[in-house]
Amino acid sequence: MGGKRQKTAQEQRYQQRVNEKMPRSKTVSQCARAFIAGGLICCIGQAVRVFGETTLHLDAEGVAALTAIVMVFLGATLTGLGVYDKIGTWAGAGSIVPITGFANSIVSPAMEFKREGLILGTAAKMFTIAGPVLVYGIGASVIVGLIACLLAK
Amino acid sequence: MKQKRLGRQTVVFDAPPRIVAGATIVGDMEGAGPLGGYFDLILEDDTWGEDTWEKAERKMFEQAVRRALERCAMQPAEIDLLLGGDLLNQIITANFAARELAIPFLGLYGACSTMAESLLLGSMLIDGGYAGHVACAATSHFSTAERQYRFPLEMGGQTTPTAQRTVTGAGSSLLVEAGYAGGAQFRHIFVTGGTIGRVVDLGITDANNMGAAMAPAAADTLAAHLREQSRAVSDYDMIVTGDLGSFGSEMFNELCRDKGIDLSDRHRDCGNMIFDPAQKVDCGGSGCGCSAVTLNAFLLRRMEEGDFTRMLFMATGALMSPTAGMQGDSIPGIAHAVVIERR
Amino acid sequence: MDWMDFFWAFVIGGAICVVGQLLMSLTRLTPARILVLFVTLGVVLTAFGLYEPLVELAGAGATVPLTGFGYALGKGAMEGAMENGVIGAFTGGITATAGGVAAAIVFGYLNAVIFTPRTKK
Repeated sequence: MGGKRQKTAQEQRYQQRVNEKMPRSKTVSQCARAFIAGGLICCIGQAVRVFGETTLHLDAEGVAALTAIVMVFLGATLTGLGVYDKIGTWAGAGSIVPITGFANSIVSPAMEFKREGLILGTAAKMFTIAGPVLVYGIGASVIVGLIACLLAK
Repeated sequence: MKQKRLGRQTVVFDAPPRIVAGATIVGDMEGAGPLGGYFDLILEDDTWGEDTWEKAERKMFEQAVRRALERCAMQPAEIDLLLGGDLLNQIITANFAARELAIPFLGLYGACSTMAESLLLGSMLIDGGYAGHVACAATSHFSTAERQYRFPLEMGGQTTPTAQRTVTGAGSSLLVEAGYAGGAQFRHIFVTGGTIGRVVDLGITDANNMGAAMAPAAADTLAAHLREQSRAVSDYDMIVTGDLGSFGSEMFNELCRDKGIDLSDRHRDCGNMIFDPAQKVDCGGSGCGCSAVTLNAFLLRRMEEGDFTRMLFMATGALMSPTAGMQGDSIPGIAHAVVIERR
Repeated sequence: MDWMDFFWAFVIGGAICVVGQLLMSLTRLTPARILVLFVTLGVVLTAFGLYEPLVELAGAGATVPLTGFGYALGKGAMEGAMENGVIGAFTGGITATAGGVAAAIVFGYLNAVIFTPRTKK
């Protein structure tokens, strides 16, 4: 049997009932928490930017790189300390969407699979979630760059 | 020969085997729950001194079996057969524990229905004269299950309201033939029959909603059992499901009503019993260990003390894998029912 | 220190997270798919010149969320294309984000070696 099975009427009815009756997450309060947490994390990033500009006198590229590095460091360390997942339970997308969440998605499988060795465990599993982000992000950037080349001609 | 089969799926035993012991080992969250006082051993640290959670889970399986045997002053060498399983790939927990116990071993995979599956199969083999002493066991561990099925533990994320928590627990029962006269923890508990379940799938794809995925299988097995056994819900003091959880139980009740079965207030679910709502476990406990420890620590002891006389122990399993889920498959369920009576 | 910068960083950063939260709560998109969506969206919006104004207004509020990572990738690729043609199209994005990626690898590995995961309660 290949492909998706056809849904029978019984299956459709059951799924409909399940969808109607299942307990739902409280979307409004969750959005409020995501807003606050995400906003705060971005403010920390803003503080880093200001530091890079005014104290270290970095150029625009340097400031961007500094902010990325510092935020990744923060996310990675909080994950290592076992704190980031607790933040995540409260903040939801507010902790997933910022780049600190990207760091968390790298560090958590790396820590987890250390028991399967540092090469095939940690180093391989590090990219289970970050991998797709890099593939699609870098891939999209190359396409955009190539289109920019074509348009410039 | 007296009839051993009723219909297609139900079996009844000439000389019902006895459950003479039940041992349990659980993690600290389970120990802090409503059934805390009944468990034999509560682990403060769920690695139990081992390097990995997988190794800890094996130790739990092995030690649960050994403790059950100790209750009857028996050695592993006196046990004819070990039946058991767990949630991990290739059921490595059961395999490695069986290696240590050195008992002839038939590994089983029924997902969370493994405890009922092993009790049913073990009883059939005893009643058929193929074994005299059978050890049945099932385990699950929160951390090993998360690693295999879901996300790394330190990943920030939220559980959905229908999610359940895999129980860290190992439960083991010792089954003996009717004429057994040796040492025993329980003197009055008999397995009189059961119904082998079919795989039922009504198309639920949400791995965070296992209860709804398994409820159809539970309803199917219960209907077959009552029909083939010619009994009604009122003939049982309790119909106990393994880990449908609170939402799954709601759907189970509905599906039964559709089939003309009224569960009234006789339905209990191990997933709902093992954790307290204050422990914030969304829809309740799950995993092979959930039904295994609830049965062996709590239900069998209360039955022995005379709180109830006849129960239908029906553990449910979600027969999915992460690969199947990513390929778009839905989650099929199965439920095996075992009739346990006090005589 | 311009406090308005912080205000906008908070508001825009928070708003982008709310979009992510809505996707998580109302659809069945997993965090991994949402991250991929956001980074790609960042690249595309940057290509159309729609993300730059947000960065000007909100600073870190636009660059810290993963859409900002997409912005860095897109901007880098376009600038690389202008300076180095086709080669630049390939090298531009990844060069611009090299700092963040290298940091993720290094700090990821270090934390994995030093720390051990704990069971969630």
